[in-house]
Amino acid sequence: MSRLLRVLAFAAALLAPGAAAGEALVADLSDHLVAITAGFTGTDVVLFGSVDGPGDIIIVIRGPVGDVVVRRKERVAGLWVNRAQVRFSEVPSFYALASSRLLDDTIAESVLAPHQIGYDRLVLAATPEGPEAEPFRKALIRNKQALGHFADEVGQVSFLGGQLFRANLRFPANVPTGSYLIEVLLVREGAVVSAQTTPLVIGKIGVGADIFEFAHRNSALYGAIAILVALLAGWIAHLAFRGR
Amino acid sequence: MQIYLPIAELSLNILLLLAIGGGVGFLSGMFGVGGGFLLTPVLIFIGVPPAVAVATQANNVVASSVSGVLAHWSKDNVDFKMGLVLLIGGIVGSTLGVFVFSALRAAGQIDLVINLAYVTTLGAIGATMFWESVRTMVRQRTRQAGLRKLHQHIWVHGLPFKMRFRRSRLYISALLPLTIGFGVGLMAAIMGVGGAFILVPAMIYLLGMPTAVVVGTSLFQIIFVAANVTFLQAVQNHTVDALLALLLTAGGVIGAQFGGRLSGRLPADLMRVLLSAVILAVALALFVELTKRPTELYSIASFALGIGS
Repeated sequence: MSRLLRVLAFAAALLAPGAAAGEALVADLSDHLVAITAGFTGTDVVLFGSVDGPGDIIIVIRGPVGDVVVRRKERVAGLWVNRAQVRFSEVPSFYALASSRLLDDTIAESVLAPHQIGYDRLVLAATPEGPEAEPFRKALIRNKQALGHFADEVGQVSFLGGQLFRANLRFPANVPTGSYLIEVLLVREGAVVSAQTTPLVIGKIGVGADIFEFAHRNSALYGAIAILVALLAGWIAHLAFRGR
Repeated sequence: MQIYLPIAELSLNILLLLAIGGGVGFLSGMFGVGGGFLLTPVLIFIGVPPAVAVATQANNVVASSVSGVLAHWSKDNVDFKMGLVLLIGGIVGSTLGVFVFSALRAAGQIDLVINLAYVTTLGAIGATMFWESVRTMVRQRTRQAGLRKLHQHIWVHGLPFKMRFRRSRLYISALLPLTIGFGVGLMAAIMGVGGAFILVPAMIYLLGMPTAVVVGTSLFQIIFVAANVTFLQAVQNHTVDALLALLLTAGGVIGAQFGGRLSGRLPADLMRVLLSAVILAVALALFVELTKRPTELYSIASFALGIGS
């Protein structure tokens, strides 16, 4: 209900005369918090906004960054064993794009490169660096794609009339948690004329999240409780079936 | 009906988990072995990360061993003194095992080691079990039950630090159960099994314990070793999913009751042949996975994002 109210309030603000005056681009999300609860199967977040004239919209979604180690299996004595490895730093846990026009070479490199639009432009620092790291870099992207955490295109940005636009951003069931940044770019005549960044928090809530938190914060106590629960369960099972 | 597992970080069907626990519990009720050696590969197969599967399985072993040991205790089939000696070795072995586990995980070799450990132990156990039961069946059919010596004297009986174990009617070196406990503890930590399938034959053939007290005593020892593994895995690796363990336990205890009740009615030797065939099949499947060229040669592991995948 509150979500609906927020959407309505924002829509009203957009439609109010002169509200967005002076801003080439105004955009917001239908929700700034995605809650992963028990039975979470993925979700859609609606991004909507308005522009003051013609142009293309590109949306870049990035999850929190972290280190990723990529390992390559090699055949050793008939077995496939992890051997060589390359560590990449500042890898976004989630990366996805949406746009109102196909992201091909008709869009200037000066727009794409600084915003790291497209896999080839993702800045992934490798250790050790060198030409040998290239297949590992490709494998990293391939693996993230297979997980559904990297996507070229998660949604189409569609214009409603000349000035209002919206996009459905799809987040899969296994979406990494954390603080996301969503960049909305307005591209006009080969240049970014306006940009806006909106935060999105994907977090776990409910009993499952509380258990996860507890298991990481008070791991010793959690371990002890896990053992006690198991002892109790075993004892109950014994009582339930005793004498039969 | 899907249920979200907070530590494994994935949703699985609750009925599937209960059924898996029940099926494995059935086997353990029938044969008196824990069944962890089948449960861990199945969990990995349905998508639970290997590190979580192994640690959670240790938690589940605690519960199933408690209900088992209580049943054996009421029949006075537990040699507590022998259990304690095995346990000392087991605590040392499993503690070392958890640290080895963490080191292998950091080096990206844990999956390989888990797989290799399963292929070798399951292959050996399955083959031995198969051979033994086929031989017993043949012997029964020809009715030539040969005389078996009550006590075979081999070199291990000459070791120092001899101890008397009254319940088992044994006078043997304490080094022997200590070493066996250590080895099984190491396995418990790395493979997430109770280790009964190694412990029970070792107690019968190496220690020469009477069969009646073997299962109860091994379960007694396994409770504490599994509890130690659960605790250390929870602290060290945050990989114990208590909810998953509870579901497996719930299915397991019910399955074990059916298995236990049926064990007297079904032909035991035939069932043993079938179980050994299942064990060999699992070993073979894991072996094929190790030797087959993977479709994706590269794998990724994430860090600094909470728990890695």
